[in-house]
Amino acid sequence: MAQTDKLVVRIERSHPDRWEEFHVERRPNANVISVLMQIQRNPVTADGKKTTPPAWDAACLEEVCGSCTMNINGKVRQACSALIDKLEQPIRLQPMKKFPLVRDLAVDRQKMFDALKRVQAWVPVDGTYDLGPGPRQASEEQEMRYVLSTCMTCGCCLEVCPQVSPSTKFIGAAAISQVRLFNSHPTGKMNAADRLHGLMGEGGVTDCGKAANCVTACPKGIPLTSSIAEMARETTKQALRDFFRRDERKGGGGPA
Amino acid sequence: MAERYIVVGGGLAGLMTVIKLAEAGKHVDVFSIVPVKRSHSVCAQGGINGAVNTKGEGDHPDIHVMDTLKGGDFLAEQPPVKGMCYAAPQIIYLLDRMGVPFNRTTEGLLDFRRFGGTLHHRTAFAGASTGQQLLYALDEQVRRYETEGLVRKFEYWEYLSFVRDEGGACRGIVAMNLRTMEIEAFPADAVCMATGGPGIVYGRSTNSTINTGSANGRSYMDGAIYANAEFVQVHPTAIPGEDKHRLMSESARGEGGRVWVPKEKGDKRSGKDIPEGERWYFLEERYPHYGNLVPRDVATREIFSVCRDMGMGIGGADQVYLDVSHIPAATLDRKLGGIMEIYEKFQGVDPRHEPMKIFPAVHYSMGGLWVDYEADSKGNLIPGSPRQQMTNIPGLYAAGECDYAYHGANRLGANSLLSCIYAGTIVGPAMISYAKNNAPKKGDVPSSLLDSSKAKWRERFEAIYKMDGSENPYVIGHEMGDLMIKSATVVKVNAQLDQALQQIEVFKDRWKKCNVLDTGRTVNQSAAYVNQLWNMLEIAHLILKASRLRDESRGSHYKPEFVLPKPTTKKPGDDPVFMAAWNARNEKWLKNSIGTWSESGPKVEFRDLSSLQNPILKPEPRHYD
Repeated sequence: MAQTDKLVVRIERSHPDRWEEFHVERRPNANVISVLMQIQRNPVTADGKKTTPPAWDAACLEEVCGSCTMNINGKVRQACSALIDKLEQPIRLQPMKKFPLVRDLAVDRQKMFDALKRVQAWVPVDGTYDLGPGPRQASEEQEMRYVLSTCMTCGCCLEVCPQVSPSTKFIGAAAISQVRLFNSHPTGKMNAADRLHGLMGEGGVTDCGKAANCVTACPKGIPLTSSIAEMARETTKQALRDFFRRDERKGGGGPA
Repeated sequence: MAERYIVVGGGLAGLMTVIKLAEAGKHVDVFSIVPVKRSHSVCAQGGINGAVNTKGEGDHPDIHVMDTLKGGDFLAEQPPVKGMCYAAPQIIYLLDRMGVPFNRTTEGLLDFRRFGGTLHHRTAFAGASTGQQLLYALDEQVRRYETEGLVRKFEYWEYLSFVRDEGGACRGIVAMNLRTMEIEAFPADAVCMATGGPGIVYGRSTNSTINTGSANGRSYMDGAIYANAEFVQVHPTAIPGEDKHRLMSESARGEGGRVWVPKEKGDKRSGKDIPEGERWYFLEERYPHYGNLVPRDVATREIFSVCRDMGMGIGGADQVYLDVSHIPAATLDRKLGGIMEIYEKFQGVDPRHEPMKIFPAVHYSMGGLWVDYEADSKGNLIPGSPRQQMTNIPGLYAAGECDYAYHGANRLGANSLLSCIYAGTIVGPAMISYAKNNAPKKGDVPSSLLDSSKAKWRERFEAIYKMDGSENPYVIGHEMGDLMIKSATVVKVNAQLDQALQQIEVFKDRWKKCNVLDTGRTVNQSAAYVNQLWNMLEIAHLILKASRLRDESRGSHYKPEFVLPKPTTKKPGDDPVFMAAWNARNEKWLKNSIGTWSESGPKVEFRDLSSLQNPILKPEPRHYD
């Protein structure tokens, strides 16, 4: 790509809906965030019109917080790690499309956090008081769990999923993979059934259409498709267990 | 009305505070400018310290106390440090029980690695994204309490100020919804600030964009004491960037990484082509005992001087090598994977095979809101005392990087995650005791007080929306950052600080001519920024003022005009001339700077440390040779 002095950046904006083009001085080591910062310092469009600085979410700028996720040249990713030298021009910035738009490049990803509630994505510890060391774990197990645990709830996996749309309820790969994370923890396992129940029913794991876009889009390389496959198996087994337990409970006259 | 508590900030300190309050059955409102899971704690990489002593090294919390106090050149009050170091092992165990995927030994125990300023393997870690993993664990526990109805989250809400009653006590906060721009007042029996550090005052740092220090700036303007503002840590190893400087964790050196420059000035070869014998490992040479793991202030000054004074930086530029390429790639992936990826992604070079190019960057504020403590005669904190972590404003607490309490003049690596979580564990119970015993009228905040506080802020923002001057606030912020980097980082010079103090006044004048850039009421980030910027200017002003007044060198605060002579003996204590100078310096300067706001500029006085009257550990000269 030819190195020119000016960068051409086109941003899909809201309030009101429009595209705006900006010409920005090219600086060494620039990324999409530093370009947005340049625009903040001089919010004037390519045709010389004053405008408002575009709104976007950002925080860590090193791809661990998930905030600055957006569509860059049609691909969903974090803006901080989108290096200008590796992008085709004009650079097109658009908000994520599978989440309610808030303004410009900022969207509302609350449904992802709600999904974590639905699947009870936590280890229910007894309390914060001193109960000594946690359970021993093999290194191999830790390494697998660590990868799953790097999910930053950025939403790339939902953005690329054909099963996710404003009219569908699919919970998405991120939350399903979190069930795998917690159900593989020696203590978390004790409540595996509760989490699997969270994956059953409407919008649950069976809504996955196996397009496998999620695993390619994940910036952290989380094995999302194998998480989905494993959780699909586990929910099936759980459904059978539920069926037989119900019979046991009836037979034994225990609590309903 | 039932008791209510407010926590401002959803990083490690804030979330641990929430957990302690909710665990006691209390109702908590947590306010955060981002979803709490995206807080800056995610950026912490290397690990969390605790003298668990599983490596047969005879480590002990007392040694952790000593390393921490000495690392901070004895400028921290001692009982909170003791409390923290003694609680550290059980905090790590608690996090382990919560499911943090800490790295393991072959027996399946927690693994520990080395970090700066200690000779022990004391740092538990989860790859090289330990902060992220710890934050997620606390976030999960808080979400659990949220489903139980004990916690309400106010995400994308920004703290504007605390609500103060006629008696001077804090009775709640005023906050603004950053999505809808609505401003509301919220009552509370006690409020804890956990809003992190002010890195963005320096423009580019290792901090997240959200670390403006704005909340602290406002509390300081409203009467809270801000202590030790002049102590800002510059981390030795970061990748310089256009938007931010990305941290390359100290754990790289903890796992054996080495810092060097070519022996030959201006050597044109690429790092990996320079043979071992032609590399100058200046830290190892100058500090044979601690080597690459000297404390951060020491490493930063050495790198700075090698580049700036000697012109020995790579290619004559401001950069040195941080080299892990001699460590097997599989080990690097397992223990340092997170930072290997960051370097590769942002620099396009694989650090497993080529030495990384790094330079120091602003990283952490040791200073912050002054907080109290209460200890017995042996220096043990009294559990549940309402004084723990309370600012000088009754009912207003602070925890985490936004307090000043644990790190003195320089923070040791992997002590920040610990201090955040520890402060959270003690501030929760303190707030509960305060509400129980000391709150003026529990659960009953006069609505007139809330209404007037809210009205004041609505007026202020209406005024901001009308600002239509010629100055772009982001440009002022950018220039403020450049000024702060130039005048208040690794090497401080009084003449330069005097100039900077004048310049900050100019920025304050320019602020009044700001253009708000956007008058809308949906995600108006520039209006919020105009308000933040003023608060940042106040913090910057205080950092400069306190830096100007402290005429000595201690920890991160270094003035070449005021440096102690080098001891002539191996142990500094054996050199009477050095010890006389050292004692004289401490007599004058072993004091906390106490910053209070005034209309005409910051007022700074220097106050003795109360715990030094009966110290747990007598101050001694720092040396790491």
